[in-house]
Amino acid sequence: MNRRVVITGLGVCAPNGVGLTDFTNALLEGKSGLRYQPNLEQLGFGCQVAGEPFVADKTIDNYFTPLERRGLNATGIVYGVIAGLDAWIDAGLDKNNTDEPSWDRGIIFGTGILGVDKFREAIHLIDDGNVRRLGSTSVIQTMASGISAYLGGILGCGNQVTTNSAACTTGTEGIIMAYERIRQGKADIMLTGSCSDSGPYVWGGFDAMRILPRGYNDNPTEASRPMSATAAGFVPGSGAGALVLESLESAQKRGANIYAEVLGGENNSGGQMGEGSMTAPNSMAVQRCIRNAIANSGIEAADIDVINGHLTATTKDALEIENWTKALSRKQDDFPYINSFKGSVGHCLAAAGSIECVATVLQFKEQVVFKNVNCDEINPEISKLISEANIPRQTIKYAPKVIAKASFGFGDVNACIIFKKY
Amino acid sequence: MLMLVLFLKNTNYQKRIPKGILNDFNMLKEEKYKKLKDIVKIYLPEDVAVKDIEQNSHFMNDLNINSANLVDIVLDVEDAFDIRLENEDMEKMQTVNDAMAIIDAKLAQD
Repeated sequence: MNRRVVITGLGVCAPNGVGLTDFTNALLEGKSGLRYQPNLEQLGFGCQVAGEPFVADKTIDNYFTPLERRGLNATGIVYGVIAGLDAWIDAGLDKNNTDEPSWDRGIIFGTGILGVDKFREAIHLIDDGNVRRLGSTSVIQTMASGISAYLGGILGCGNQVTTNSAACTTGTEGIIMAYERIRQGKADIMLTGSCSDSGPYVWGGFDAMRILPRGYNDNPTEASRPMSATAAGFVPGSGAGALVLESLESAQKRGANIYAEVLGGENNSGGQMGEGSMTAPNSMAVQRCIRNAIANSGIEAADIDVINGHLTATTKDALEIENWTKALSRKQDDFPYINSFKGSVGHCLAAAGSIECVATVLQFKEQVVFKNVNCDEINPEISKLISEANIPRQTIKYAPKVIAKASFGFGDVNACIIFKKY
Repeated sequence: MLMLVLFLKNTNYQKRIPKGILNDFNMLKEEKYKKLKDIVKIYLPEDVAVKDIEQNSHFMNDLNINSANLVDIVLDVEDAFDIRLENEDMEKMQTVNDAMAIIDAKLAQD
């Protein structure tokens, strides 16, 4: 079976906007979601800037029952449920009100680590000899698959309900997995996305690795500088993005709005060999991943109009651009438009791929290429490879036909996906 | 820190009749029942109403409360009545009446 797969719903809970309207407006203007975090200063973090979605208490009430809210201390679940349910509703789908699970509908919703604040609560109780006081939700809020389990219960899905995890590749990987499941005829509708918790216990390890910018605590909106000559490291973020993938047949039967088609994609790994390591990508694998995604999609490299890179604002940005130029055999003026949303959203870790895919797909609807922020002065290593005109510093009016999106993660893992205007 | 907490507690103790004493000796049965009902109501599934809670209601069979949530009801009862329930108490706590009896027994022990 080789069915066509389309995107019929989007949802997002991002540092620069909760809900599609706010998120779209923020991207159009390049409004930053990165803020100074007083708790990080109190804890002695070098980087005291991070991205965290603003979620009002009354917003949470719209998504969780009073019982679910009791003792809820897992921000990733809050973000993931908001984004996931929003995408479901955006697709014009209802909760399952029948007596039978929806066998043709499933969920692949990833995360890196879930419910760290809840886990911290549990650790304190256990260390105090008080394990009996943990309550019944300690497990479901801290298991990685807690997010797909919450969504699966709310929506009554009866197809595969699971959580994938591949570091910062998670969100993009999940979309490819969901696409494959529908393409093979194993499901009609898949809710896919990813989420990442907020807070010092998630971000601390990266601060300790000295890979976060330390010079922007007084100037948080300028801290994340992808492709810039002055890029100083990635700014950690959090949140969730979600997409409803559906067979074209099912979408047409329902008369659903179609944002874009998923043409294909590829997940691979560099085996931590050659220049690849636990934390650095093997370029051979990155290029292969992009080339295979193009081949799987039945298009040519020349068909790609826009790229949304991984581009985290580290010294590796130039290497990523070099890998794109080699994989596509396109450079200088011939290179597509390229952007990174991490300048305004930060690097949302496990949620990065899904949040950025939502933004990528919104470019078809808005007929724009969203701007890059904080890169007035482009990294000279990048300018040597591609024309600066291909790095929009203002949101430009342009109707993309094919957009490539890639994410790369610790463990030397890669994902590349090709979206097409429908 | 501990001394400070004790000091504050003692000051409070002298200012008004402490809640704990009221709970232990003077609380009316209806008051206890109301307190228990308030705890239980949040755990009711959508198809069960607060008015369905009766003294002889079985938590799982009549009120359709999820067995995992019985653990949380026990913790809430401990907090509300300032008592500690053991595993045996939990096993015996099948109905609203069982819970009332266990609470009474624990309060009498203190």
